[in-house]
Amino acid sequence: MPKQRPSPSPAGSRAATPGRAIVDHGFIAMRAKLLEVAAFLDRVERHAAADDFRCAALRSAAALLVDGRPERARRILEQLSDPTTAPAPAARGQSAVGAWRPEPRRQT
Amino acid sequence: MRYIEPHGHMVSRTTDDYQAMVTAGCVAVCEPAFWAGFDRGSVAGFRDYFRQLTEYEPARAAKFLLPHFSWLCLNPKEAEDLALARDVLALIPEFLDRPNVLGIGEIGLNRNTRHELAVLEQHVELAVRHDQLILVHTPHLEDKLKGTRLILDLLASHRGVQPGRVIVDHVEEHTIRLVLDRGFWAGITLYPDSKSSPPRAVDMLEVCGGERIWLNSACDWGVSDPLAVPKTALELRRRGHDPAFVDAVLYRNPHRFLSQCPRFSVGDGKPVRFLRSKNLA
Repeated sequence: MPKQRPSPSPAGSRAATPGRAIVDHGFIAMRAKLLEVAAFLDRVERHAAADDFRCAALRSAAALLVDGRPERARRILEQLSDPTTAPAPAARGQSAVGAWRPEPRRQT
Repeated sequence: MRYIEPHGHMVSRTTDDYQAMVTAGCVAVCEPAFWAGFDRGSVAGFRDYFRQLTEYEPARAAKFLLPHFSWLCLNPKEAEDLALARDVLALIPEFLDRPNVLGIGEIGLNRNTRHELAVLEQHVELAVRHDQLILVHTPHLEDKLKGTRLILDLLASHRGVQPGRVIVDHVEEHTIRLVLDRGFWAGITLYPDSKSSPPRAVDMLEVCGGERIWLNSACDWGVSDPLAVPKTALELRRRGHDPAFVDAVLYRNPHRFLSQCPRFSVGDGKPVRFLRSKNLA
């Protein structure tokens, strides 16, 4: 989301900027979620699953959290997305899995 | 507080959910046609489902004084069978004059395949030919960005499509701008694990503004929360947004879009009229 668009009532829709209140309300919950990510990455290492492409994608995405640049959510979603543009010839399973990996190359 | 639930798969919810939604301020619920969790085997299965959406479910909602509306289509998860898709599309016009039908939806893509794209194009053509509103489902997770681009390109290439009559649903931070910048409406879906949370939805509203955006729970038979929309109102108030803005996002925006269909109306707490099925007691 590169550009900011005005709210329908930007002046009147908000009271005082509740920055501190946002931290007060959200910090404990986000601390807990961060620990869940850390514990998950430890867990998959202990169970020899850390090289699963989804775990690798999670580690790469996590790096965006601390790169000091804005729009982290958008950039993480983009990084986890299929970057190709052509329609697929057929479905690879009926459900998405949350991270993209290229089709394995066929042996010729 | 009043709100509209513009996307809920109520056939898979309990009457307790209807009661909770009405108690929370819901004044209308809209139900797009959906995948059953398994692929339906015949066009007869779809006929029964469309009857459920246009006869039985509005009657069930009416018991809770809640107007119920529906959208009709074959879900993109079932679009790989082109012969079945053709037969279902031929069936849909029989139901378009039902009193609670809003338009064609939720159409779109699932795994971004050629067959899904072909069936989407047929749905769009059907909607244009019958002057129907369109509700679009965008794919899940890693398929969403590519699928959204394919969908927007297809819609833009059809001269009969009016962007103001199309809502592109399940947007997230990486797709909302693509949708709004091309003149379409955007739906933010509030799910516990995938799609958006209430705090992220409010973030998108703060960054993108509140024009041409609605919120929905898309509650179904999976992990979902039929009260996700009113819970997001609490997040808006917690951030300091005033009641007029909350009302705009939760009520006036969906009301404005849905009122393009003359059949749409909200409840006033009085008994709801509905088309009674012969099969109902």
